[in-house]
Amino acid sequence: MKSPRVLPGFPLALGYTLVYLALIVLIPLSAVFLKSATLSGEQFWAIISAPRVVSSYRISFGISLLAAAINTVFGLIFAWVLVRYRFPGRRIVDALVDLPFALPTAVAGIALTALYAGNGWLGQWLQLAGIQAAFTPLGILVALTFIGLPFVVRTVQPVLEDLDIELEEAAASLGADRWQTFLQVILPVLSPALLTGFALAFARAVGEYGSVIFIAGNVPLVSEITPLLIITKLEQYDYVGATAIAVVMLVFSFTLLFLINGLQIWTHRRHGRITG
Amino acid sequence: MSAHVAARWTTQTRRFEKNAATREPAWVKAALMTVALLFFGLFLLLPLATVFAEALRKGWQVYFAALAEPDARSAMVLTLLVAAIAVPLNLIFGLAAAWAIAKFDFRGKQLLTTLIDLPFSVSPVIAGLIYVLIFGAQGWFGPWLIENDIKMIFAVPGLVLATVFVTFPFVARELIPLMQAQGREEEEAAIVLGASGWKTFWYVTLPNIKWGLIYGVVLCNARAMGEFGAVSVVSGHIRGRTNTLPLHVEILYNEYQFAAAFAVASLLALLALLTLVIKSFVEWQGRQSMHTSQNISEVIQ
Repeated sequence: MKSPRVLPGFPLALGYTLVYLALIVLIPLSAVFLKSATLSGEQFWAIISAPRVVSSYRISFGISLLAAAINTVFGLIFAWVLVRYRFPGRRIVDALVDLPFALPTAVAGIALTALYAGNGWLGQWLQLAGIQAAFTPLGILVALTFIGLPFVVRTVQPVLEDLDIELEEAAASLGADRWQTFLQVILPVLSPALLTGFALAFARAVGEYGSVIFIAGNVPLVSEITPLLIITKLEQYDYVGATAIAVVMLVFSFTLLFLINGLQIWTHRRHGRITG
Repeated sequence: MSAHVAARWTTQTRRFEKNAATREPAWVKAALMTVALLFFGLFLLLPLATVFAEALRKGWQVYFAALAEPDARSAMVLTLLVAAIAVPLNLIFGLAAAWAIAKFDFRGKQLLTTLIDLPFSVSPVIAGLIYVLIFGAQGWFGPWLIENDIKMIFAVPGLVLATVFVTFPFVARELIPLMQAQGREEEEAAIVLGASGWKTFWYVTLPNIKWGLIYGVVLCNARAMGEFGAVSVVSGHIRGRTNTLPLHVEILYNEYQFAAAFAVASLLALLALLTLVIKSFVEWQGRQSMHTSQNISEVIQ
């Protein structure tokens, strides 16, 4: 639309937006990069490739990937059940899907720990089976699965709701059974949303701190996540060390954000074409 | 979800279930329902129930004693204070950003929208770290702040800044798509008819975005009151001074005062439940009002 501006307030609104964004977000974030620039290349590399740090990446990124994968599978089933089936209490279940968004992470952390500890409601049964969940990497997986669930459900749900019934009727009338229809008609439409949900859950899990530290046990090289390592370095007044690790995490997060944005634009286009 | 989609979806769900061609076999449906509800119970319901069960394990007396304790009370006051500053700041920002992005065309709009979302992809721990790097003793302004005896880190201003950072996008990201979808014609008509900019905003824009605004504020507030990682870095954990409710929960828990920790945690869990109730209500209201405007626009067409 290339009409002359009728509405007022553009310079004020945009100016305020840019100043506020710069003061709160951009300038403070640049401090991380400027601080780490005081290090030489070798010093920087020595910090971010120390064995304890590398093992924290393996734990944080590895378990986050696994949690996001679990969420993708169960999130799809969850979204499917919420959209396609009617059952008593569906609205309550639907509303509570967002609980991990709304519940403060520290509360989630201590609740999951109490639940999965040796004397907890679930922990005692797991212990009978010889599984220890709390204070092990398995505990981290539980916490990260908890906080990541809404991301997949809430990205897949609207796409599923918007899906035209005619597509599936056409597939059925052409002789496809339900499973074939799902694999060849429904899943391709859902896949960008699934991928976006997966990436969002993964990104959130990698940076997560509050819900993990209570249940993780925090043993270096075994169950110590990268965000905790940043805090440990800060508490030892090792600002430079903390900052170098933060740079690694930020570069990773920004790359992922970039990919997620691309994915969402792609989803919109595909989605628009199919239903529009 | 727009209203017509919602309406169509309800009729569609019925059609899906009636039509043999688009209906799963009964055992598949039963299996999917079981998996979903089991997952729901295990991962959502049980942790929530645990909070309240643990909080009341030693009875109501211990529960209320934990909430009435001076440190808990000052944590409540501080949490309310931090949210009372951070939420309005991000509300004003959200309105300004949405007005600029939704009502005007300019270059770099897509980039600006992405940058507004940036804080969501930053680990809360890093959100705290960045303010330590700027205002901490070793930071950019550290020496100057010490000289002038101003406390930012390990004090309330630091808590507010970290909270503003982590809740930064909430209001803006609700309002931008909503105001973009509503277009500019109504505001343009008001201006052409002689209304001032503020009047137009107040009487035309604000009623249209009311529910989206409440939605964003409620989510922003929940996160502001519940934030843990970012405030943990800048707080310094001074009891009765710089402890918000989530930090107070951590301290009690680490001192093995489990009943007290869960009692305070149950307050935050109640806040989360209240947030979800308001959120569902707002979604329902938004759907209703969109339904009406949908009907009106259909009549006009």
